[in-house]
Amino acid sequence: MMSNENRMTIDGAEVTFQPGETVLEVARRQGAFVPTLCYDERLDPYGSCRLCVVEVEGRRLPASSCTLKAESGMEIRTGSDPIRKMQSTLMEMVLSENPDDECPRCRDIGTCEVHDLAEKLDVGRERFLGAISNASKDDSNPFLLRDYDRCISCYRCVRICDEVEADHAITMTGRGWNKGIATAFDGGLMDSDCTLCGQCIYTCPTGALADKKMVGQGEIPGEVEVTRSVCPYCGTGCSINLHSRDGKMIGVTPVLDGPVNEGALCVKGQFGFDFVNSGDRLTRPLIRKNGELTPVSWDEAFDYTAQKLMSVRADHGPKAFYAIASGRAPGEGSYMLQKFTRAVMNSNQVDNCSRG
Amino acid sequence: MSNSIPEIEDAKMMLCVGTNMTECHPIIAVRVKKAVRKGAKLYVVDPRKIPLTEYADGHLPLKLGSDVALFNAMAKVIIDEGLEDKEYIEERVEGFEELKAHLQPFTLEYAEEISGVPAELIRECAIEYAKAESAGIYYTLGITEHICGVSNVQSLCNLALITGNLGKKSAGVNPLRGQNNIQGAGDCGALPNNYPGFQSVEDPACQEKFEKAWGVPMDPKKGITKIAALDHAVDGRIKAMWICGENTLVTDPDVKHTTKALESLDFLVVQDMFLTDTAKLADVVFPAAAFTEVDGFFTNSDRRVQRIRKAANPPGEAKPDWWIISQVAQRMETPVDFEYQSSEEVFAELAALSPIYAGLTYDRIEKGDLSWPVPDKDHPGTPVLHEGEFLNGKGKLQLLDYVPPSENPDEEYPFYLTTGRRLPTYHSNTMTGRSGGFRILVPNEWLEIHPADSDRLGLVDGDWARIKSRRGEVITRVAVTRTSPRGTVFMSFAFPEEVMTNFVTNPEVDPRTETPEFKVAAVSIERVEAPSGLGAEQALRADPEGPGLV
Repeated sequence: MMSNENRMTIDGAEVTFQPGETVLEVARRQGAFVPTLCYDERLDPYGSCRLCVVEVEGRRLPASSCTLKAESGMEIRTGSDPIRKMQSTLMEMVLSENPDDECPRCRDIGTCEVHDLAEKLDVGRERFLGAISNASKDDSNPFLLRDYDRCISCYRCVRICDEVEADHAITMTGRGWNKGIATAFDGGLMDSDCTLCGQCIYTCPTGALADKKMVGQGEIPGEVEVTRSVCPYCGTGCSINLHSRDGKMIGVTPVLDGPVNEGALCVKGQFGFDFVNSGDRLTRPLIRKNGELTPVSWDEAFDYTAQKLMSVRADHGPKAFYAIASGRAPGEGSYMLQKFTRAVMNSNQVDNCSRG
Repeated sequence: MSNSIPEIEDAKMMLCVGTNMTECHPIIAVRVKKAVRKGAKLYVVDPRKIPLTEYADGHLPLKLGSDVALFNAMAKVIIDEGLEDKEYIEERVEGFEELKAHLQPFTLEYAEEISGVPAELIRECAIEYAKAESAGIYYTLGITEHICGVSNVQSLCNLALITGNLGKKSAGVNPLRGQNNIQGAGDCGALPNNYPGFQSVEDPACQEKFEKAWGVPMDPKKGITKIAALDHAVDGRIKAMWICGENTLVTDPDVKHTTKALESLDFLVVQDMFLTDTAKLADVVFPAAAFTEVDGFFTNSDRRVQRIRKAANPPGEAKPDWWIISQVAQRMETPVDFEYQSSEEVFAELAALSPIYAGLTYDRIEKGDLSWPVPDKDHPGTPVLHEGEFLNGKGKLQLLDYVPPSENPDEEYPFYLTTGRRLPTYHSNTMTGRSGGFRILVPNEWLEIHPADSDRLGLVDGDWARIKSRRGEVITRVAVTRTSPRGTVFMSFAFPEEVMTNFVTNPEVDPRTETPEFKVAAVSIERVEAPSGLGAEQALRADPEGPGLV
């Protein structure tokens, strides 16, 4: 007889699991639809939104699957009518507290988790209509918008700030209707330990937190392209998604499966991309003529440079030339510059900026 | 790095030296903080009380440049306490007995006297390091930007070697690279002593390989470093220079000297995205496309080769770097092939000529999960270096002596100045300064000074001061803070148009790497009246119409 160890049943199918896995993880791997709002796989399970409830054979009440460890012999049902009814009711309550206007996250970046789930569960906000919290913060920082009217108290922002970033800049305050998210002494983010890394924005399942650089982007016509790339700042190599429209950069979002950063970015990687759109970018080759740098054609710039370097090589020898490669530009350019130095100028007079 | 970044969070002990990680490598710091959360020990060795110390079990606030004295003393503690990894040493290390003898004078008392760190704290740190199941050393320019930078690194390697922490997961000796592709630039052969893939230019077999590949003779002698090249420009031996994507004038020490060097050239080509201070001196300026406008690769600190992709169009006629250089080459009457159709072709040539990249293609670097060496197409990459054995046989312990910094405080220049970055201002601010919002976070430069020192000088927060060294002087605002220890002040170099910090810094170099001692200069400080027309209200912003400014 086959051992029962590390095997359980999900919706009638027998499955194996790794010790330590939660029922949610096993169920999702099986393809079961288990909705969540307070869950982020990078964070410790929290169990506050209750949307991930499942029926467990032998238990009287449904259990939250994100906090329930898989056990041998467990029998789990994920999508029964009573479970779906509970989930729908919970979603209706969540939605009822949210303003009815257009969700900025859905508009600017893509459907937020709350509205995505509302659609999947086919529920609206009408049944429990009541007051909304009016808890928004007027925060004068340049990057993060804090519109807590849309907050659903999942505390993913607080937890990512604690568990991943370890900045502990924000916390939960109040109880019941007055609950909210605040910094120490309830001031602005720039007066707190917040480093403006923006991780809270991109774990938030609603439009409560937004990237100010992205706000309103959704109202501009034209398709937004998302291209995976790597951050241009320090040597960590965090994966980022570049958002562009009509060939122009409009924003950056983290790549959740980036091998180095797993969705984490710092203030520079998250918000410091728009130097590429700066009005003072060089757009044409320049040659110094009568003391002034003057725009010229590529051909003129190439011919002039080639002539000058050939005469330096002829008159002063290969070692009279020196090349410094960039530690920031893509590697293909560095390869080409050292090939140029070695194969055309015939010396090893090349370095990069790592010495200072 | 000898080990990969994700491994850090499983380290049991982390020794972070001269690395202001939360500000300069925030996402590596995230892993360190996660390891702390999982119960790992963290010891921070840094003159300043940097934010990382808030997470640490111990902070060793050493005097500038006293690293070798400190780490030699730690090695001595480990050996005296019998905590060395005898089996590992027997199998993989040479020079242990010599090291043991050499370390005799490096007592805790001596180390305390030189470094200013209490003997008991040095001992505690050494014991925690040696006892941990896996202990990782992480360092940045606080180790290397000294006249004894190589010795500093070697003193850390000694610790890893005697405790068996090299060639093991979640351990190692890990320099964190300061720029996105500085590792990649070296990998590509932009070094005076190495062809692509760190193949020596003075090795006849390598010369032959590249002569065959490119079809022309190779210079059998290595070139000089960039630092020496600037000297050679001053004395006329170098006539022409081509600088790609570096604001040399601002980021090198002793700006007066750098200016003189660049102005002495007959012909200067600068290839950049912006008309930097360096580009303003050029005879030819090539407009380069940004990382968002090209296909290519970056190689990060943990030797991970990752794809970058074109998402936007370059402005005007700006072009990819590789294309610009290949076009000039094609006009230079050379028999060498410089006709490339794409960046992918360039990468393929690099991979074909570099054993450490041999197994890489654009397809294979899609996900960024391969760290070199990747010697063949099926190789899974090498996140941990030196597993099982070292490339050159045994790990050699180095006998190192303490050498004081080239400049120390005296009556005329009574303070140490050390320099570095701040979180929101990257390097010389050419990128962050042009991105909307960053000027709000950090509007200007300031000098960080301990209250005991500021009291003595009659300075209060927000005052202005003149900082003067043997090279030059600058005027900046003052922030009174206990981040800086007594006697040591700190500045960044992010606002060159207002405060050219590198007028003051020290150009003395480590004789082996020729890396300047940016981390130590002797300066004097005096209060001055606020200059008119300087400061935040006048902070330059390149693109007032830029997005995101609130």
